[in-house]
Amino acid sequence: MSSSEARAWPDATLTRVPYWLYQDEANYRAELRRIFEGPTWSFVCLEADLPRAGDFRTTFVGEMPVIVVRAEDGGIRAFENRCAHRGALISLDDQGSAKHFQCVYHAWTYDLEGTLTGIAFEKGSNGRGGMPAEFSKAAHSPRKLRTATLHGLVFASLCADAPPLETYLGDEILGRVARVLRRPIRVLGRFVQVLPNNWKLYVENVKDTYHASLLHAFFGTFRITRLTQGGGVLVSPDGGHHASYTIDRADDRASTAYRDQGIRSERQDYRLADPRLLESVNELGDDIRLQILTVFPGFVLQQIQNCLAVRQVLPKGPDSMELHWTYFGFADDTPEMHARRLRQLNLVGPAGYVSMEDGCVGGFVRRGAAAAPDEVSVVNMGGAGTESMETRATEASVRGFWKAYRRYMGQ
Amino acid sequence: MAKLNADYARAIDDDRLEDWPGFFAEPCLYTITSADNHRQGMPAGLMYADSRGMLQDRVAALREANIYERQTYRHLIGLPAILDEKGTSVRTETPFLVVRIMRDGRMDLFATGRYLDVLVEEAGALRFRERVVVCDGGRIDTLLALPL
Repeated sequence: MSSSEARAWPDATLTRVPYWLYQDEANYRAELRRIFEGPTWSFVCLEADLPRAGDFRTTFVGEMPVIVVRAEDGGIRAFENRCAHRGALISLDDQGSAKHFQCVYHAWTYDLEGTLTGIAFEKGSNGRGGMPAEFSKAAHSPRKLRTATLHGLVFASLCADAPPLETYLGDEILGRVARVLRRPIRVLGRFVQVLPNNWKLYVENVKDTYHASLLHAFFGTFRITRLTQGGGVLVSPDGGHHASYTIDRADDRASTAYRDQGIRSERQDYRLADPRLLESVNELGDDIRLQILTVFPGFVLQQIQNCLAVRQVLPKGPDSMELHWTYFGFADDTPEMHARRLRQLNLVGPAGYVSMEDGCVGGFVRRGAAAAPDEVSVVNMGGAGTESMETRATEASVRGFWKAYRRYMGQ
Repeated sequence: MAKLNADYARAIDDDRLEDWPGFFAEPCLYTITSADNHRQGMPAGLMYADSRGMLQDRVAALREANIYERQTYRHLIGLPAILDEKGTSVRTETPFLVVRIMRDGRMDLFATGRYLDVLVEEAGALRFRERVVVCDGGRIDTLLALPL
């Protein structure tokens, strides 16, 4: 799409979102710069991925390729996966263990801090060639990111102006992360889902508490989450982060609100042949059966009963994104809990009973709104504000996303 | 063995999903993973069923609950390599290729990989005690609705 014309939001409200925001190439490039490479924190991996010094994973912050590595001092470092010489990828592996990194192109070498330490034939050959004597290796390293860890999660930020991670998240969101991640993590599997839509459509979908039991019939039918159940949504003061939650409440079981409105997702006759799928244990010691938490711009921590996962939203152009799923349990899970998590993981991921629709619905919006860049979507459930609410029949957290987005983008 | 695989593929590709659990013994294991996860001993699957009932539930969910655009698969299943024969069970590895055909006619190479099977005879017919679907890649385009 042409980006030369000036794009503007219709007015100051957060309740109308124009579709060019999901389509415009220049706006997309600005997002990478101002949001992903700006004063935000991006999830990059789990501490459990890097148990020993030298263990590394490669990933992305926005579209920037990044190496995340456990350094000799036990701390975690992150730097751009781009050789300072000619810009080639330094590491071609998804994960591994290294004493140092060496670019394959011309064998320039980096230590675990991402500092350039060696240049092949730096002094030339037989007294000829080589780098100028005044060339400073230390001044030519790939960009280094700040890192911060939180209950086993590793975040990185390219921007010196990003507030400390704890400040960035705020006390309420911190508490909701701590609620889930109380024990050492064991990774159970990783999958990538390629979605045919702009990254923001997925983030909005995750924050959209209104859709969950309407789009996902599986949820509603088995009362994993219904809007008539107890629960609510926390929205961080800046709007960017959220945690939605469902509390099991016995009096909902008789509610006929879905049936009365003829909503597809309620089917009284639908029963599991093997009900072990939904046999869950209250392992966190509170009434919350389901909690979905996002950190701006693209991190999701999910607890659906005993089914735990983190999701990383990676933009890949205006019309495409990748969702990187990491399924996990805890290192001290009993064999029964381990088996329960494997069964409950049917709920999520690209084939998830309550998540497969999220893989296609963003594409439905992209295709539906393809010719409507200057039309707007309506985000008005629960009013116009972004405050936390004790109901999920609201789009407060979606508006919160746009509040934070507009601030970072200067829109 | 060839007949079992041919019947299995036709049941899925011809949209007779209700027949699919019948290819499995009870108890059974059906899971879909990636070569990377498999190599690293990661146990989680994109689909995971350790009973025939869970396979039936997968079909019921696809029919009654889940939303996805109309699509079909075309399975091409290669020759099984027999890895091990122990008493009444046979362990095999069989390559596969699945093309996904969307409602607008678009065809994509959706998945390639290998079936790691344990076959047993049950009521005079071969059944899957285990079918571990190891996809060569760990990337799924849009969503994975129908079983592989």
